[in-house]
Formats: sequence, C-alpha cells, structure tokens
Amino acid sequence: MVSLRSWRDPLLVAISLVALWQVLHELAGDVAVTAPAPTLAHLWEMIGQARFLPHLRETGLAFLQALAIACGGGVLIGLVLGGHKLSGEVAEPILVGLYSIPKITLYPVILLLFGLGMPAKVAFGALHGIIPVVLFTMNAVRNVNRTYLRAGRAMRLTPLQTGWHILVPATLPEIFSGLRIGFSLTLLGTMLGELFASQRGLGFLLMTAIDLHDVKTILAIAVLISTFAIIANAALLAIDKRLHRGAAPEGAGKP
Amino acid sequence: MKVGKAKADNRATWIRVAVLASAVGALEIACRVGWVPATMVIAPSAMVKALIETLQSDDIGAHLQQTLSAVAIAMGLSIVGGFLIGFVLHWVPFLRRAFNPFLAAYYAIPHFAFYPLLIVIFGLGPAPLIVLATLFAMVAMIVATMAGLDRVPRVLLKTARMHRLSLLEEIWRIRLPAAAPHLLSGVKLAVAYSFIGVIAGEFILSTSGIGHEIAYAYDNFDNPRMYALILFVLAIVTCFNMAVYAYERRLARRRGA
Repeated sequence: MVSLRSWRDPLLVAISLVALWQVLHELAGDVAVTAPAPTLAHLWEMIGQARFLPHLRETGLAFLQALAIACGGGVLIGLVLGGHKLSGEVAEPILVGLYSIPKITLYPVILLLFGLGMPAKVAFGALHGIIPVVLFTMNAVRNVNRTYLRAGRAMRLTPLQTGWHILVPATLPEIFSGLRIGFSLTLLGTMLGELFASQRGLGFLLMTAIDLHDVKTILAIAVLISTFAIIANAALLAIDKRLHRGAAPEGAGKP
Repeated sequence: MKVGKAKADNRATWIRVAVLASAVGALEIACRVGWVPATMVIAPSAMVKALIETLQSDDIGAHLQQTLSAVAIAMGLSIVGGFLIGFVLHWVPFLRRAFNPFLAAYYAIPHFAFYPLLIVIFGLGPAPLIVLATLFAMVAMIVATMAGLDRVPRVLLKTARMHRLSLLEEIWRIRLPAAAPHLLSGVKLAVAYSFIGVIAGEFILSTSGIGHEIAYAYDNFDNPRMYALILFVLAIVTCFNMAVYAYERRLARRRGA
C-alpha cells in the first residue's frame, strides 16, 4: 500500500503537467508549443533515425566522462580536505565562492584552454559537478564520530580495516548525497557546454532547432533530457534514502 | 575557547589570502614569461587594465544596466515567490508529496530549452530572460523554505501553544525566526541562481547584456575585453555573496551559535 501511495501523487503531477502542456498548446498554438502527442511521436521517430544516434552517443560519452571525473576527483579531494583540518578551512570558502559564480562566464576560457569539441564539454561538465561532491565529502569526513575511531583503535584495527569497517559506512550516506547533486549539475554543465559553440550532441541539435524555430524538435529533446534527469534522479534519491535510513540515528553522528 | 577559535579562523584566512595571491602571481609570471600563450589566458594585470578601459568606454553602461536590473527583478520575484510556494507546500502534505520528486530533479532539467517558448509568450526583450532566471532561482528558495519550516524545533511550537499564540503570531514570532538560517541560505542560492540564469540566458540566446558581450568578445577573439568582462561579473557576484555571508555570520553570532 505504501508504495502505491508514494507512486500515486507524482503520477498525478505528471498527468497534470501533460494536461498543462496541452492547455498551453491550445492557448499558444503550434507556433509556440506543439501538442504532447505529436511531440512524443516526433521524439520516437527521431530516436529511430540513424543520424540521431551519433549525437546521443556524443552527449552520453561527454556526460559519463565528466561524471567520472567529478565523482572520482571530488571524492578524492574531499577526503584530503576533510582529513586535514587546516587545508579544509582554507579551501571551503573558496569552494563555496566557486560554487555560486555563474560558471557559464568561464566557458570561453575553457574553450580556449581545451579547444572546441569533446574535452571542453567534459571539462565544463566536471567543473559543475565536482564542487558539491567535494563539499559533501569534506563534511562527511569531518562529521565522522570520534567515538567510532577510538573504538576502532581499542580493537586494534589496521588502517585498512579502519577505513573499510568505520570510515566507509560512516561517510557513505552523505557522500552519496553529494554524488546525487553532482550528477544533476554535471548533466546541466554538459548540456550548457553543448549549447554554446558545439558541432555535435543533443545540445547542438537543440541549438539548431532553436535557430530554425523547430518547436517540435525543441520540445522533443527537452522532454527526452528531462525524463532522463527525473528518472535517474528518482533512482538515486531512492538509494540515498535507503543509505540514510541504514545510517546512524539522527543526531548520533554529530559531535 | 572563543579566542582560540578566532585565532584559528584568522590563520586560515591568512593562508587563504596567500594561496589566492600566489595563484594570481603564478599566472601573471607564466603569462609574462610566455609559458601560457596570450591567445589562451592573458595576464591578470592585463585583465585589470582591460577592465578599467572597458568600464570607461561608454557603450558598456547600457548592457550593465540591463543585466543588473534583470538580475534584481528575478531575484526579488524568486525570493518572494519561492518563499510563498515553499510555505504552501509545507502546509499541504499532499501537494508536497506530489511535487517532491520534481523539485529534486528540477536542477537537472536544461531550462534553456524552453526559452523559445518563453519568447513567444512574453515577447522579445528582457521579460523572457527574467522569467527564465526566476524559474531557475525560485526552486532553490522553495526547497530552502520547506527545509527551514520542517526543522523548527517541537519545543518552540509547544511553547507557542502554552502561550496561546494565535496562528499568525506563532508563524511570525516562532516559525519564521526559527527557520531564518535556512531561509537565508535559500536567499543566497536564489541570488547566485538569478545571476547564473540571466547571464547564461544572455550568453546563449540574447543580443545584449553582459553575457552576450562576453560571448561576442569570444567570437571576435577579443581576449582582453572578454577577460575584463568575465572578471567584472565574477567580482560583482563574489561581492554580493560576501555581503550575504557577512550578514549570515552576524545573525549566527547573535543567536550565540
């Protein structure tokens, strides 16, 4: 019953969003908004076309590489900064500052550094995703309960055992929350990178469609990306909740 | 204890300044010596010089005014609207349960895809950009408002009942002050996202404003002007963030945290 309930409300919202879409179409006409059904049919047709797949692959590859860099690099940097107190204190305001600047202004710099094409997209996506991962990992490491570590020392655990049996379970839930946010931002960054000065990928298709005022294609791609984002995020959120439920009861992990 | 913490804070601040200064210095040297070609990055001193020249030329004022007023309007709308929507969602569990997955996935959706649609609805000019930035920034405020209202300690609400406060009084005197830190971090995000929304929109889809000027300078290989404008945007946003941060610190200190 519980699962039925948790599914029902989002489903209702999804249905009302589609209804709103239909109403917008009735109000604004085909020039601005195409109706849901033809748009989805168009999307289906596009996915079937051979010339669409290279673009999809390009975006997917760029996104996966950026995600790998953001997650791997972010966790690594976060572990170092969280483990060493002073460097963490030095770095945190810089990172928070970097997090809140409009990174799109830096895109030309990245284009100049990496050249046009895949590396620039990957770098831009990773730049978006890496900072929240670092911040969350850093906080996770800082908030590890000292009592656990003392208990580990009392039991004469080797450093490796300490890491595996204490640090990983204690920090995993929060790090995963960071990874979830990093995932969304990396996708946003990769897409933004493709919208500007790109020759391939979904972002490029979107830009071309905007220039041609091909509303059907614009909406089809927007729906494709949004659906992917929402489903991936819901899955990650479900894992996130599970991890947090398995973690220490509320307040116990805080010093 | 307090003095010791302040001292540690001070030390971290000094090291931070030293790290940043040496990074800028290293870039300056690398550019001057020629390790980094001027077609990639220009020296920081040259950026500042170009910035002063750009600000003195008279054509930049109109772009600046357009961008900043769009950001200001988007900021106001998203903070007020986000707070109200967050408040309503907090009080109506059904709506909240329904909207939660969408709020969580919201920032993964490429909003700029919907820009042509906004142009048709709101016409050309700054309006679609403002709407875009407002939509982008508002959700951060909604989420922060809900988080803040959720975390109002039970004890405070019981105290309010003991004093027989009316609903409005309870909201005004208990819930809002207790949620203030979260609301403030929502404001911080809304400020940052308003800037990101407007400038990114201008960058990709507009024909005027600072974002467009940066993209235009890039297209024309006008590196000094491009770096000058980038530096300018980053400086404005950083100043704004630091002001909010300072206010937040003051608020936290008054609460004795």
